Parts: sequence; C-alpha cells; structure tokens
Amino acid sequence: MAKTKVIERKPLTFAEKTFIPQILTGLKTTGKTMFQKNITLQYPDERPSIPDNYRGVPTLVKDPNGREKCVSCQLCEFVCPPKAIRITPGEIDAEAEPDRAHVEKAPKEFDINMLRCIYCGLCQEVCPEEAIFLQDVFSLSGYSRDEMVNNKQKLYELGGTLPDKHYKWDKKKAAEEHGNAH
Amino acid sequence: MKVDSVVDYVTINIDGEDVDVPKGTNIIEAVKMVGKGKEVPHYCYHPKLSIAGNCRMCMVEMGMPMRDRATGEAVLDENGVQKIGWMPKPTIGCATNAAPGMHIRTNSEMVKESRNGVTEFLLINHPLDCPICDQAGECRLQEFSAEHGRGYSRFIEQKNVKPKRTRLGSRVTLDDERCILCSRCIRFSKEIAKDDVLGFVDRGTYSTLTCFPGKELENNYSLNTVDICPVGALTSTDFRFKMRVWFLKRTHSICTESSVGANTEIWSREGKIYRITPRRNDAVNDTWMTDSGRELFKEVEVGDRLTHYTIDGVHKTSAETAAAAAKLLKEGKVAIIASPHSSVEEQFYCKAIADRSEATVSLVSHYGATDGILQSEDRSPNLRGALVNGLVDQLPDADLSAVAQQIESGAVDTLLVVNEEVTQLGISAELLKKVKVIYIGLHANVVSEDAAIVIPSLSVFEKDGSFINQSFRLQRFKAAIPGPRGVLSDFMVLEHIAEALADEKIPSGSIDAAWEHIAKGVSQFDDSLRWRSIPEEGLELDPTAFLDLPFVETKNLKYDSAAFKEAHATPAGA
Amino acid sequence: MDYIAILLPIAFALTMISVFMGLCSYSVLAERKVSSWIQGRVGPNRTRLPLIGHIPILGNLLTGLGIFQPAADGLKFLFKEEITPGHVNKFYYYLAPVVALAPALTTMVVLPFGRYVDPSGVVQPLVLANIEIGMLFILGISSLGVYGIVLAGWSSNSKYPFLGAIRSSAQMISYELAMGLAILPVFMWSAAPGSEHGMSLFGVIESQKTLWLVIWQPLSALIFLVAVFAETNRLPFDMAESETDLVGGFHTEYGCFKFGLFFVAEYAHVIMGSALFVCLFLGGWNFLPGLADPWSDNTFGAVLSVLWFMAKVFFMIFFFIWVRWTLPRFRYDQVMSLGWKILLPLAIGNLVFNTLLIAAYDHFAQ
Repeated sequence: MAKTKVIERKPLTFAEKTFIPQILTGLKTTGKTMFQKNITLQYPDERPSIPDNYRGVPTLVKDPNGREKCVSCQLCEFVCPPKAIRITPGEIDAEAEPDRAHVEKAPKEFDINMLRCIYCGLCQEVCPEEAIFLQDVFSLSGYSRDEMVNNKQKLYELGGTLPDKHYKWDKKKAAEEHGNAH
Repeated sequence: MKVDSVVDYVTINIDGEDVDVPKGTNIIEAVKMVGKGKEVPHYCYHPKLSIAGNCRMCMVEMGMPMRDRATGEAVLDENGVQKIGWMPKPTIGCATNAAPGMHIRTNSEMVKESRNGVTEFLLINHPLDCPICDQAGECRLQEFSAEHGRGYSRFIEQKNVKPKRTRLGSRVTLDDERCILCSRCIRFSKEIAKDDVLGFVDRGTYSTLTCFPGKELENNYSLNTVDICPVGALTSTDFRFKMRVWFLKRTHSICTESSVGANTEIWSREGKIYRITPRRNDAVNDTWMTDSGRELFKEVEVGDRLTHYTIDGVHKTSAETAAAAAKLLKEGKVAIIASPHSSVEEQFYCKAIADRSEATVSLVSHYGATDGILQSEDRSPNLRGALVNGLVDQLPDADLSAVAQQIESGAVDTLLVVNEEVTQLGISAELLKKVKVIYIGLHANVVSEDAAIVIPSLSVFEKDGSFINQSFRLQRFKAAIPGPRGVLSDFMVLEHIAEALADEKIPSGSIDAAWEHIAKGVSQFDDSLRWRSIPEEGLELDPTAFLDLPFVETKNLKYDSAAFKEAHATPAGA
Repeated sequence: MDYIAILLPIAFALTMISVFMGLCSYSVLAERKVSSWIQGRVGPNRTRLPLIGHIPILGNLLTGLGIFQPAADGLKFLFKEEITPGHVNKFYYYLAPVVALAPALTTMVVLPFGRYVDPSGVVQPLVLANIEIGMLFILGISSLGVYGIVLAGWSSNSKYPFLGAIRSSAQMISYELAMGLAILPVFMWSAAPGSEHGMSLFGVIESQKTLWLVIWQPLSALIFLVAVFAETNRLPFDMAESETDLVGGFHTEYGCFKFGLFFVAEYAHVIMGSALFVCLFLGGWNFLPGLADPWSDNTFGAVLSVLWFMAKVFFMIFFFIWVRWTLPRFRYDQVMSLGWKILLPLAIGNLVFNTLLIAAYDHFAQ
C-alpha cells in the first residue's frame, strides 16, 4: 500500500476566520474583471476566424480546371464511422466528356447525411484523390431531414475549387497522348 | 465409392517442418497444406490450369539432402545429420514438385529479396489506378505489393502506355495497362473453355493481351477469365463500376441454371445482389461457372414480382391463405403440378400435400442442349430431388397434356401449380378457367391472374434450402438477401397447407425443424441429417435406386452418365 | 382646500411608487449588466425602442447599454401564458406574490430621501409620513415579506418550493434578531435623551451631520449589512431560491407575471435595504463626513440633497450586485450557525460595548 502522508492544515489566522480579507480579495478580482475586454463574440454579426485545419462540413472540391476530383472509389463511404456517406458510382460517358474520359469513373450520386456526420475527418484523410475536404462551414440547418442530406450538387457548391498540387489525371492524360506507346 | 488409386505420400521439409504431401504436389500446394496461414504468393499459378511459370512471384529456396557424387553416400555434418545442399538461386514453387527429402525455405532473406524484386518490376508499368479499379480489395497485386513491395517507386521514367477500356467481348472489358501478363486467361480459354481466342502480342514490356484478329471472347465462360485475373485487367462489363467489393456480403449458394448445380457465391449489399461468382468445389464445378448462370439474379429485380398473399384478388395473411388453400384441396379431385426448380424441402411438403389430398402429381421437364462443361441437358436444378422425395417415380414429360385431358374430362377440379407457367405447357388459358387454381410463384403471369389463391414465392437468393444435382449430391444454399416484406419461405407455406390438410399442428417454423420431418420421411436421408449439417461441399447420396431411369445428362465437366452408372452399379466394397 | 390636503399625499405616493418601481426594473438591468461585465460578457444590448433607439449616436449607445431592456422584460412577463399548476392551493398561490411585494412598497412610506428648509427656516425631511417610530415601522413591516415566501412555498404543494420557503422563514427570523440588536446602538446615539426625533430615520440622518455612523460604529454597520443581505435573500444567503439544489426555490411553480412580482419584490427589498443602510450608516443626504452640506436652503438645494441620497443608494445597490457575483452560496447549516452563533453574540457584545461607550462619552464629555 502506498504510504499516505498527512499534511497538517495551517490554522487560520484571526483575519482569515472573519473571512473579511478573503471577501475583499474576491471583490477586488471581480472588480478588476469588470473593466477587462469582453470575450463574448456577437455571433451572427461577428464571425470567429476559422483556422485552416478546422473540421467543418465535409465538401467535395474541384481542381483548378473545374473538373471534379472524386472518382467514387467509395473509400470514404467505407471508412465513415456513422455511415453518413452514400455514393452511387458511375462511369464517365467518354463521348459526352472526352476531356475527362481517361478518368473513367465518377460518382453518379454522392450524398452525405449531415444528421449522421460526426465531423471526424476520416473521409478527408482516406481520400486518395484529395477530393473531399472538411472546410470552414460550421453552421448547417434545414427544415426537414431531407434537407440535411447534402447531395452532390450541394457538396460541390459548398466545396468550390481548391488548388491541386498533383494534377494526377492531367499527367496521366499527357502520358496517354505522348507517352511510351508502342 | 470408387477409389482411383492409393495415394503415395512423400515427406518434404518446409521451413524446418516435415510435411507429408501427396506425390506430385507442387510447392505452392504443399505450403498451403502446412496451414497456419502460410502461403507462397503467386499470380500465374492456378490449381485448375496448366502451369506457365511466368510471373516469378512464387520463388522459394530449395535444397536436397547431400550425397557424395563419387560414392553416392550421404554426406553427414558433425552431428551425424545429412547435410542439405541448398541451391544457390531460388526456384519457382509452382513448377517444382515435391520430392522425398526436399527442403524448402519460404521465408528466407533471399526469398524475400526476390519477391520484393519481382513486385517492383511488376509495378514499373502498372498504373496508379486503384481508386477507379474494380479489382481493388480483391487484387493480388495490391495485396502482395503491400506485403512484399517496398512501398515507394524508384521508377522515374515514363510508364508504358497501353490500350485501356478494350472490349474483348460483350461481357469482358480489358485494361491492358493493369495486365501483369500472367496468362491465366489465355490458358483458361484454351484449356477449359476450349475457345482459344486470347493471346499476347509484342515483346518485353510492350507485351499486350488481345483477342486474335476477327475473334471475340464471347463464349459462355468468358467471365471466368475476370474471376481468375489476379489484377484488374479483365473486368466484368456488367459489374464494372457498380460497387466496391469490400461492401459486398458473400453468401454461399447454388446455381439453378442446370442440374450441374455449380457452387456459387452471391455478392450482395443491403438487399441488392451485385454479382455471382463461382465457389470452388472440385467434385462439381472446380472454380468455374457459366456466364448465363451469373445473370440469373436479375430476375429478382424485375418489377412483376408477386408480393402479396391473395384470395380472389384480395390481400390476406399467409395463414389465411394457407387455410383457404387447404380447404380447397380437401374438396378432392386435385392435381398438383410440382416443379423441378423447387428445393428439396418444398418438394417434400408438396409430396405431403399430394398424399393428404390424394392428388396426382405431375412434373414438367426443362431440357436443353449441353455445352459439355457446366451446362447440362437438364435445365432444372432439382429433378433428382423430386425423385428422392418420392414426388414422382418417373422422369417427367415435356408438357402437361395428361393433366389437360384430366381437366377436360372433369377428373380435376383443383390445380395446385408451383412456379410453372402452365399455359405454355399444354394447358390452355380457357382450360385453366375450368378449374380452381392455387398458384405459388415468383412473378405475375397468366396463371396468377386467373388463380383463386396466389401465394408469392421467394427466389433462390432469398430463401434457405437445398438441391440435389445430377450426381445425386445434396447441396444447400443460403438466403443472400431478404425477400419482399411479409413473404414467407415457400416451404413454410407448403408446410402450413400440409398441416391444415392433416388437421395436425407440427411445430416448425425453421428449416432445421422442417428437416426433422424431412430426414425421417425420405429414405435416402440419414435420420440425423439437418439442413445445417449438410457439408459446404455437398453430401453424396446413394443413387442406386434411380440408376435405371433414362436421365438426359450425357457428359460434362465432372459427370459422365456411363461412368456414373458403372461406378454405382456394383455395390461399394465388392 | 380640503381636497388638496387629501389629493396631494396621494399624488406624492403615486409618484414615489412609480419612481420606486422604475428603480426596481433598472436594478434588474443593473444586475444583468454588472454580472455580464464581471463575467467578461456583453449583457443585454439588443433591445431598441423605436424613435429614441434610432437617434444616431445616442440611440446606439442606449441600446448598447440595454436601457430599453426593462421594458422588454416587463412586457415578456405580461404577455407570457398564464399557467397555474393543477395541484396548487389557488387562493394562497395567487395571494403570495402580492404579499411578497406589498411590505417592500409599504416601508418606503417612512423612508426620508431628502431634506428641505421650510419657510420658518427649520430643516424638514422629504418623506411621505414622518412618523416618530419610523425604524420600528420598517422592521415590523419588512418582516411580513417572509409571509409571501412561506405562502408561495406552501401553496405550491410541491417539495422544492416548500423546502425553499421553510429555509427562508427560518433564515429571516434568525437574522432579524441580529439586525435589531445591531441598530439599537445607532438609536442610542441619535435619540439621546432630550432629542426630539426618537426612532424616526430623519433623526438618525440629522445626527450624522458631522460624522457618519459607519465610522463611529463600524461593527454595527457590518452586522446590519450582513443581516440585510440575509433578509433580502440575496447571495450568499439565497437559501430560498438556491437553484442548484431547489430548482427555483419558493417560486419554482410560478411563471409569467406572478413570477415577475416575486422578482420585483426581491429588488424592492434590495433597494429598501440599501436605502436603510444609507440612512443609518452612510449619513443619508449629508455630503461627506466632516464637511458641511454644500447645497443651499432653497428648492434647488432640496433637489441636490435627494440626488446625493440617490447616488449613495445606487452605490449600495451596485455593492449588492457586486457581492452576489463574487461570493459563493453558504451551506444552509453555515447560514444558521453564522446567524445564531456569531452575529447574535456579536450584536449583543456590540450593544453592551456601545452602551458603555456612550455612557462614558456622556460622563466625560460634560
């Protein structure tokens, strides 16, 4: 058994027994805070500054050329702990979109149920295409459950365009056109 | 049972452990026999195909006990144990057969190094396609890269460009960049499908898989090439981009296409079937199945499914319907048109109903041509089940003209039809109107429209049950997806009707409880046999009682009628 | 002539009630604002009246200070749904809030809040009724306030209000003793034999012309102050409400305007307590200790004296609020032991000591 060490409590002085010095100290403290700057944010008028790594509402982003990055690999759907993501994969119509035909696959539907989402950010972490990001949108509301399901169009509206360092599929297309064909 | 020959065993040493393996076993199979999750990684080797030895992934270190060259005497080390002469270079496991005293290392530095090297070479021209590749999740290259690869690429040069999205046939799409040239598909086409259409053109890293000019991969086994492709090069056009495999639940089932009874796996997610693949059963279908059998699940999704128990067009509960059906059957003059598509359990209760209502039972045959592989002449999965159950004792006719005559003569008032479109089988729609029809079926059709009582049925994907295939092998299938809401498994409804006919309450409700009666009632089954205890690979029944019947099956992959008769004619042990 | 003699006091009384109620509502605002400052918050700053609120700079300033908030609060109480729980004793349930507020309003009758010089040159108090026994009247009436709380707790027919009421009544009785004993030395000093004022508050204030009693009798002032905190049920003595353990205390079952009455009664008590403390110990309208009043004898001087008195009262109200947001609540047994074991003996000792002191002063001063 661990040794217990008894620490004698210091006997109170007479002044301390009257509590008056303590009360005065307390009044001094609260008196001081009365003149300090308020820390309250007047929310709808003033908005907090969102740090870059903030995990807000998950969104889909496009690359600087305005092409959708998601290839519907469904890893986010798989990793999502509350099963909030639902993707219907689809094939890119090579005739309708010849500049994107080499990507072959894109989501037909992409729904994120924000009533289920727990903002864990695993979808962002797992995404091999850097297509899904938890950005700075933090206030989300709707009048019905259906409204709280973000569909593909809404997700792209929220996500916008993010710079892409890799241009993976552009490089692939360049290789397809000028590469080591036999 | 026929015993081919006495198996010779040889003892080899794998990673310091002595293992007895049948003579002629190659190292990949021998290592698999050791168990403990031990495996030699491989791409081109397939147990049912010839050995090509071109992927070089299954490298192992091999050594033989040392003997003095001059005298032939064993060379001993200081402990008096025979020395092992390890070969200086690794050897491929697939093309090396076990020999007595052989020593194998599957985990040495050299083996690891060679696997790492092979993986790196395979990945040189492999595209980074995993996010859009259908094979992801069941890709051997993906698995072995993670297991044996280096994790990053040293290849800074430009990758080769090969054709993507090539159409090989109506069901197979090829992505040549992903191909690792294992040649499994080529060997399958040549050896199993006997339709030699695939081959490599060009040399070196430019080697490309193509169809021979003017040919297409169009045979009924083409999708097996997709199954055996270790990477995502060959993909099923139907399943392409539909769903990632890691979401899919796998359920063991049986193909209902023909009496071969190929073992299958149903891949489903949330009540929707996405694909069907073969399941290995060396006694039935090896690892193959037909393309046409893979499409059977689509009937579940068609819109005209019967979903409600109805009496004279009014929705009722299953209990009310069963009681009404029993009342109708009690009036006598009943003919039952049973189905070789029904499971053993359903046929058993059909038989019970037939006995209790003193009905005549007819069956219709569904015959077609055989392709000699996995599609037999009898296109129903459970004709043998009807025989074993005693539902019929002769092979069925092609149509129902006998029943039609009975109806016309007024000998039949009530017709119980199980899943047969009788208007196309000799009973005209006008004739059908003369009798009261109880219809048990999957889809709405002419018969269900006129039927007094309609009992919705479940498809093979939605219920538990068992079939008996061409070689009298009892095989079970499990429900992969739920049926329409409120619809009971067919055998339960039949059981309820049978109960009501006998005015007795047999406690049941589960398939195993039903099997207590089935095992007792059918002489072919052991009394302790239960649905749950049917082995995964099936249970061979004694076919002696039925050997004289003129079955239509002649010869296919694992069945030869002449040989089958001969093997079972002489009692075992004689 | 006769009408004027009757109507004038009524007019005065009505004026005083409106001013007093106004003070009550702004005390609520003060409470909210001060607490928010102490907690680094902003406090009520959104309510904006039309017209006044839209004057360019001033409107924003007033809105920011929450000046219009009391009107919104009051309207909210008025327009809320009137809910009466089914299990209450209706008569006493409705009576209780009135009983709680009435004593607080009654006591102000005898409260002098300024002074004027009548034509004959005599200094007279500004008070509704300058009666000889002013202080006794206040002690007597304000004690009735406990009835409101006890009735509320009992008629609610619910355990938490009942507990709150019991605590409150026990606490009021306990602290009234110390309170009464603490102000005895004050009147011993002010109502010396031969003084014409007796127990009236005017006399106490007049006696503090040169020296405030808080300096002369600091211990009496301290005991009285603590007792006033307890009597008004304010933190650190808000046993009756104690929302952490009694939900809302005696007014748990009350809503809308009935709750509003309790709320106003509490602040009425606070204002009365502050005013009393100012009268008894802080010299009333007297300017500063040792300094003669700078205001003249005319009407303007009377107004100044009232304003100075009010300033002191406001400071005391502020002090009440300041203490509330500084100190934690006492435990109930601590409240009782403080009242009976410390304040009461201290007050008795204080009385004896001051008696001796005054006797000695009288003996040696002459």
